Amino acid sequence: MSFMQINDLKVHYPIRGGFFNRVIDHVYAVDGITMEIERGKAYGLVGESGCGKSTTGKSIIGLEKITSGTIVYEGENVTNRRRDRNSSYNRDIQMIFQDSHSSMNPRKRVQDILAEPIRNFLSLTPQEESKKISELLEIVGMPEDAKVKYPHEFSGGQKQRLGIARAIATNPKLIIADEPVSALDLSVQAQVLNFMKDIQNEYGLSYLFISHDLGVVKHMCDYINIMYKGRFVETGTKQEIYSDPQHIYTKRLLSAIPDVTPVGREERKRERIEVERNYQQEHAQYFDENGRVFDLVTLTDTHLVAASASGLQVKEGI
Amino acid sequence: MRTSEELLKITDLHTGFRIGDNYFDAVDGVSLTLRKNEILAIVGESGCGKSTLATSIIGLHDHNKTRVQGEILFKNKNLARMTEGDFNEIRGLEIGMIFQDPLSALNPLMRIGEQIEEGLIYHTDLTKNKRRERVLELLNQVGIPNAERVARQFPHQLSGGMRQRVIIAIAISCKPQIIIADEPTTALDVTIQAQILDLLIDLQKETGAGIILITHDLGVVAEVADRVAVMYAGQIIELAPVEELFANPKHPYTRSLFNSIPQMNSGNEKLNVIEGIVPSLMKLPRQGCRFAPRISWVPESAHEAEPTLHELSEGHFVRCSCHNHFYFKGEKEDIHHELYANK
Repeated sequence: MSFMQINDLKVHYPIRGGFFNRVIDHVYAVDGITMEIERGKAYGLVGESGCGKSTTGKSIIGLEKITSGTIVYEGENVTNRRRDRNSSYNRDIQMIFQDSHSSMNPRKRVQDILAEPIRNFLSLTPQEESKKISELLEIVGMPEDAKVKYPHEFSGGQKQRLGIARAIATNPKLIIADEPVSALDLSVQAQVLNFMKDIQNEYGLSYLFISHDLGVVKHMCDYINIMYKGRFVETGTKQEIYSDPQHIYTKRLLSAIPDVTPVGREERKRERIEVERNYQQEHAQYFDENGRVFDLVTLTDTHLVAASASGLQVKEGI
Repeated sequence: MRTSEELLKITDLHTGFRIGDNYFDAVDGVSLTLRKNEILAIVGESGCGKSTLATSIIGLHDHNKTRVQGEILFKNKNLARMTEGDFNEIRGLEIGMIFQDPLSALNPLMRIGEQIEEGLIYHTDLTKNKRRERVLELLNQVGIPNAERVARQFPHQLSGGMRQRVIIAIAISCKPQIIIADEPTTALDVTIQAQILDLLIDLQKETGAGIILITHDLGVVAEVADRVAVMYAGQIIELAPVEELFANPKHPYTRSLFNSIPQMNSGNEKLNVIEGIVPSLMKLPRQGCRFAPRISWVPESAHEAEPTLHELSEGHFVRCSCHNHFYFKGEKEDIHHELYANK
């Protein structure tokens, strides 16, 4: 059962100009997104830069104003109360940022950084708070003396782990992870990903994992949403997306990922060119005349793809 | 490909940065050759010295703060001993460079056409009209549609992929024999990355240039490289043809790296984590196997006192003998038995 439903979420930014600086147009950063989030599952949000995936994450947690659409959390409409101090929503949804360094106050010690969510949401005595911080540091595998250090004294991987510690301080239900490992080296990335998986299993967390790296998303997520120009082009389970991609954009994205073996690379290049040609040719089947992605059509219980009625018929005919 | 001529021969290169009164070598004894018609990839994590190696070749360091020792032979000239004036004769004309961030590599106040023309003005005696023709030809060559219009535009008017194409056009404008590409696709999306890599391969086939490709992405390496050098802490620890390296990685570091890639076709098993961190430049152990502290479970006797590169098969070099005794944590038992059985 899902504990959170997002219905037709839209975030539009006005473009101002002309006489009196009136609104002359909008940027459709997020343009009608519907998804459900279940407990203990990880959801991937994949797309190229500028497709609106970060905006989606930010608008869910309340850092971005929603133009229209609703967010229902545990049966309650929380759309306009996302940053409300007293609501449980604010406590249960946490975020990990891409650049862990700039997401921490450089003048605060680690214990103050980690104490912030605790002081906001849990009323603990100073002793309890100190104990809680030690626990958090232990969970993320950092030594006790890290408490009195400043963020700049840590390496990139350690800082990202502190970011995670801060996010899990209030026992959240959903963590929105916005490119949490993009800035990290391969071996450090592995460390952080392993760790995120561990705490997911232990605490039954849900993740909304925003990334452009399909390898990482595949490793972490149960469900994957492919996003393009503010809309979903395809959603489905990991297997459905990777072994049976339906939308031409998904195919294009998958064919562009370098495989970690030099065997058959000529073949992959040919395939890439083929997909790219199809992408140009079949554009009309997948995008309307304004270049907007069509609404999602249900293929199976979990697999949805954006296509026009005619485009879908062509596919079924095959 | 094996027999084709050598373009660049680096022997025992040390590039050190001055910190306080001492120099610390970021590149510590690297020997490499680049052949004609080949793409040589240099892989490693941040801080391993791969970019320093590249900038040493083309002399982009601050001479007051760095010390370059050793030999970089190019056309019988030692680039490590060159002055700034000599370098200007070579940069762009014989060695081209592609940078990571296309926006900061381009001048925001100059039109695209002018920026490509700059190298031509400096290195060739083409007339103005001929230069303009060449600029349009280059833009077409790197797959930019509407070349005439783009030549009149400014960098901010182009997308990231287009900017990187412009950078490539600048790098190949004087048909250099060597192109150094420092993380050319790191700042780009995967679909654009695929296009740029395909473009690089095509250009290389056309011009026969040697390309040094610096990257941290093993996927990119698998896609384009002919030979691969893996660097760790300023040294090359493994060097092999690309098929050989991916099929048969030897050095513990290379093997650990491969095991920490989230694979496209793998399930949910745990990724391998390399213990510890890359040591900083000042704390680098200068003796013994540099990877030893990060594989502490491998007995000390497995390492060489002065690790050197050993040729295991043709063209496949590995530093230190510890790879013979390396096993991942967890597979300990079986390997241990094997070790004792051998003894």
